[in-house]
Amino acid sequence: MSESCCCEKKSDLSLLEGVLAEYAPQKGSLITILQHAQEIYGYLPVDVIYHIAERTGQSPAQVMGVATFYAQFRLKPVGKHPIMLCKGTACHVNGANSIEKAITEKLKIQDGETTEDGLFTLKTVACLGCCSLSPVMMISGETYGSLTPAKALKILDELREKEVAAQ
Amino acid sequence: MRKAVIGEGSCGLAAGAGKVYTALESLCSGGYQLGVTGCIGMCFLEPIVDVYEAGKLLKRLVRVSEKDAERVSAALTTGDFSAVEDLAITAEDESFLTKQTRIALRHCGLIDPNDIDAYIAEGGYGAIAKVLGGMSPEDVIAEIKTSGLAGRGGAGFPTWFKWNAAREAVGGPKYLICNADEGDPGAFMDRAVIESDPHSLIEGMLIGAYAIGAAEMIVYVRAEYPLAITRLTEAIRQASERGYLGENILGSGFSCTMRIKAGAGAFVCGEETALIESLEGKRGMPRLKPPFPAQSGYWNKPSNINNVETFANVAWIIANGGAAFAAMGTEQSKGTKVFALTGKIKRGGLVEIPMGKTVREVIFDIGGGVRDGRKFKAVQTGGPSGGCIPESLLDTVIDYKALSATGAIMGSGGMVVMDDSTCMVEMARFFLKFTTNESCGKCVPCRLGTKRLYEILTRIVEGNGREGDIALLEELCSAVKDGALCGLGQTAPNPVLTTLRYFREEYEAHINEKKCPAGECAALLTYRIEAEKCKGCRQCAKNCPAQCITGEAKKPHVIDSSKCIKCGSCKSVCRFGAVVVE
Repeated sequence: MSESCCCEKKSDLSLLEGVLAEYAPQKGSLITILQHAQEIYGYLPVDVIYHIAERTGQSPAQVMGVATFYAQFRLKPVGKHPIMLCKGTACHVNGANSIEKAITEKLKIQDGETTEDGLFTLKTVACLGCCSLSPVMMISGETYGSLTPAKALKILDELREKEVAAQ
Repeated sequence: MRKAVIGEGSCGLAAGAGKVYTALESLCSGGYQLGVTGCIGMCFLEPIVDVYEAGKLLKRLVRVSEKDAERVSAALTTGDFSAVEDLAITAEDESFLTKQTRIALRHCGLIDPNDIDAYIAEGGYGAIAKVLGGMSPEDVIAEIKTSGLAGRGGAGFPTWFKWNAAREAVGGPKYLICNADEGDPGAFMDRAVIESDPHSLIEGMLIGAYAIGAAEMIVYVRAEYPLAITRLTEAIRQASERGYLGENILGSGFSCTMRIKAGAGAFVCGEETALIESLEGKRGMPRLKPPFPAQSGYWNKPSNINNVETFANVAWIIANGGAAFAAMGTEQSKGTKVFALTGKIKRGGLVEIPMGKTVREVIFDIGGGVRDGRKFKAVQTGGPSGGCIPESLLDTVIDYKALSATGAIMGSGGMVVMDDSTCMVEMARFFLKFTTNESCGKCVPCRLGTKRLYEILTRIVEGNGREGDIALLEELCSAVKDGALCGLGQTAPNPVLTTLRYFREEYEAHINEKKCPAGECAALLTYRIEAEKCKGCRQCAKNCPAQCITGEAKKPHVIDSSKCIKCGSCKSVCRFGAVVVE
């Protein structure tokens, strides 16, 4: 938490104005506002949380409480390609642990962490609902199924190569 | 003209259906039409291309890849399918569908989910017209009562009873809510219904809203289901445009609106009072019951909550009569149930069958049994709230009561098949890790109880199990079951209790002999090189991260098990099968 103190980081709050104008007057819309805020900023910076609290008439603690309750919300910036690795029952039975091991060893990050180059963030999720293709991971909206450790690493290599080529 | 229809559910797309569509689109020069449908439920055969001629299914091509696009396109243009015969579905695979009875999934994989006219052409919105054309809300509730429809989300509570309670509740406005927060890992029927037949959900909900007297409907969908949200949003737009939603529906004077609320990822929000809290923008923590949502729900107003699959049956029941639905099933459980068959199964996907069939019929007759020639060990039903059913109970009839008697539950319909390589203690630990993570923390028995259960199971699979751990697990399970506030905590011990009941010897082997009979728990395994098979190629030694394999080139190598970290690298690189795990 300490590295992203609200006094150091200034987010452009005007980006959120449209969302707040529409939803702040509607009661019960806090989750929707946070979802939009995360889409705009990529995560929920602390100053944005304070701002939302002020505009919705709630305490920052209440807003923070909701933001930390749900798995979808992130309080830290996320890598360019968030990896959602499914660890649901079907994926578990079909070897999701070995995929996780391969990815964590290769990228040198644990669940929830981001690689140094800011390219990948690993996040294990409960179920992506593609159980018949298990084990499965989703990267930037694309679902990759029937994974093996080697196949998963190849996908990461290809994404990294594309990034390098684009630079 | 021939029409190629491609199944674009989430799993179809993940298997590459979108790429197949794009490839065919670029090749198509007007000789045939292209269309999209939802998920037919044969996930093991995706991507699937159905070829229709004059409205009739002519050919079903399966596991079609981009590379096949050219010959598929040629066949579609000429009508000569001899060059794609290898892609045609086999009679055995086709039986996966023909052995089913589909009501909730009746249109899935057959109609275009993005086109309201496709739904209407199948008789869609006929049931709401029938209701608004002369049935009173009481008539509707009576028809649902006749049908015997019960909550498909897991609890199996009679739908008519909930509707009636909400109807009779004093005060308003009243709300009708759909629980599409399909959180059980291994269950995806609700996603399939919304992605493939969103209008049947809208119509079912409209009938429910009319019955209870609600003017606002809310669908709470998991954020992990972006495609379902997109398709339902479009369906709501089209239904509103045609006057099936909004003011004065079909000129009847009945008005009702519908909106989607995207969840934000919390398993406990599948519990109805937690779902209501989340709808109100708060942390999704369950409320004390009573008062029940029927009396005091969303914003403390009378609210009724049903699951997607429950609503998907409603229009069919109204159109065909409650008696037709009740004619299927057992004394206690009526109609059909959808199961998501996954795990170590040959043919995995969505299976809808009448209640009263046996678990064996679902897994072996329809699912084709365990894949890779391995031996069936257990099937896990009901997700983290359910339990494992062993082979000896495979002839259990599918019925709410009969399944509960095994210690498992019907639940939302996830069925994860396990073979003899799955460790049941590790399985129980997996579920407890899940419930520990998902416990909202409001009540102590669940917040701490699941954590302690998880810790005990962890030490058992890591080879540190102690004498008396089994008794401790049992005691703790019963405390959590009795003391937890909501369904999540009350059912969280089920995976432990059922595995203890049917696979106690596995727990004992872990604790007493420090052995994992299934060979899954790394800490309890020993890696050994069989001297007679080892050629001394040094591959294992080169790849060993712990550098614990020694030996001269071209002579048998040895693993120093005191240094071995049990990573399995040696086994995976050995070309001679010389590394054995015990």
